Amino acid sequence: MSSPNENLYRMRAFKNGIAMVFACAATGFGLLWLVWILITTVVNGAAALGPALFTEMTPPPGTPGGLANAFYGSLLMSALALLVGTPIGLMAGVWLAEFARHTRLGMVVRFINDILLSAPSIVLGLFIYTAFILPVSALTNHQVGFSALAGGLTLALLVIPVVVRTTDEMLQLQPGTLREAALALGVPQWKMTLQIVLRAARAGVVTGILLALARITGETAPLLFTAFGNQFWSSDLLKPIASVPVVVFQYAMSPFEDWHALAWAGALVLTLFVLTLSLLSRLILLRDRSY
Amino acid sequence: MNTVAPMRTKIQVRDLEFFYNGNRALKSINMDIPEKQVTAIIGPSGCGKSTLLRVFNRIYAMYPKLEARGEVLLNGENILAPNYSMNRLRSHVGMVFQKPVPFPMSIYDNIAYAVRHHERLGKRDMEARVEQALRGAALWEEVKDKLKQSAQGLSGGQQQRLCIARTIALKPEVLLLDEPTSALDPISTGRIEQLITELKEHFTVVIVTHNMQQAARCSDFTAFMFMGELIEHGDTDTLFTKPGKTQTEDYITGRFG
Repeated sequence: MSSPNENLYRMRAFKNGIAMVFACAATGFGLLWLVWILITTVVNGAAALGPALFTEMTPPPGTPGGLANAFYGSLLMSALALLVGTPIGLMAGVWLAEFARHTRLGMVVRFINDILLSAPSIVLGLFIYTAFILPVSALTNHQVGFSALAGGLTLALLVIPVVVRTTDEMLQLQPGTLREAALALGVPQWKMTLQIVLRAARAGVVTGILLALARITGETAPLLFTAFGNQFWSSDLLKPIASVPVVVFQYAMSPFEDWHALAWAGALVLTLFVLTLSLLSRLILLRDRSY
Repeated sequence: MNTVAPMRTKIQVRDLEFFYNGNRALKSINMDIPEKQVTAIIGPSGCGKSTLLRVFNRIYAMYPKLEARGEVLLNGENILAPNYSMNRLRSHVGMVFQKPVPFPMSIYDNIAYAVRHHERLGKRDMEARVEQALRGAALWEEVKDKLKQSAQGLSGGQQQRLCIARTIALKPEVLLLDEPTSALDPISTGRIEQLITELKEHFTVVIVTHNMQQAARCSDFTAFMFMGELIEHGDTDTLFTKPGKTQTEDYITGRFG
């Protein structure tokens, strides 16, 4: 009796060993590229890091400069996107989770939102181009075309589905007993939703907003034909504006060494920014669990 | 029961039927619940005891496809009538659930939250109300120095007493308890049971429990339900010592359920 069993166990141990080797190799293979990308970015980017990066404008080739106007443009458009996208996303998420959870309309809206979530961002840029820039340009006699406003609105379209999805999911995670307990005190549903359920889910909801910000920070394609780009400092919402990813794209494609260095520095700052956002959202969730 | 004074009826249930998505869960329930007494509802799982309790404050109405037919009179008024205000009902009829669910805020705000919704109280009056509620729920001594701390830091038994405090802070007339100790350890359970006997001085208490000893220990009246029907309802001593129906006797002697 014992020898066939032993063979069985030996066979299993052998299969287990092989599966383990493949799994570890796959993990290592995936991590290798990630680490390589990070190291390359840090090594090349660090060379051009310095105070000038944040104080000087994007230079013509051959002269020293920085990315100040691009950082400002990115910040401005991201702020605009959050300002427009967060309230809409929050309200839609609350509606989905608390008022339309099991309704047919709710399910349709949730499905469409998921499509929007995975839509290629360039499509959203094209949409703003045709639905916003072209009509506005026609209305203003071609005075207003590519603009910071259009770029911010495009990024807002990227923010909305992320915030809707996380808000919806975080609210659905809250137990039904919490809602019952609040309603049983004679508190109306809207008050219960805003003051109890949303409050209980706040860490997850804030995390969703941070993740949305991380997502739009690196977006290049939709900004190419909405915000366009600008070699100079601009704070006019109705004028083209520079942004870090677009400058990185343009400078990296150029034949000039000093532009390459600036592109690497811009890429490094973007990467560090996104890393910080991810760490921050992790921290918020961790702290909430111990609360 | 040797009560000399005639007891007033607080809740009258008349031909109450309840439907889950068309399935009948309560069958023609008729029942009088006396004022300022503890009434226990017992019965095996799925007998409809929680369903009945959840009609008394219409909390079932937050879910779709649930329907109650018949009449439930609170102080003679039918609470199932469409024009009876839900928020008014729930400020008169409080409910404590199986699992304690503190709100994500401080101990103080847990109590004050719903009071703020129903009444305009000054700071001092509110503080007095919170203290009174916490004393009423036998929790004051344990939390008086940490009212500003998160309620999530309390133990399970403390959290459940906080939920009771939060409910009685609204000065309701009726207190519904839905298996309030089933998630608690024996010591916490003992404290809550003792509290229930004290609470009847001010409130009409209806408690659903699957623990027969609990019903015997802390109720004045007991209702036994089975398969959506009210089988027997009477004073607790009689029901447990000389049950009138064989189904009741089988259940309380542990022959089924």
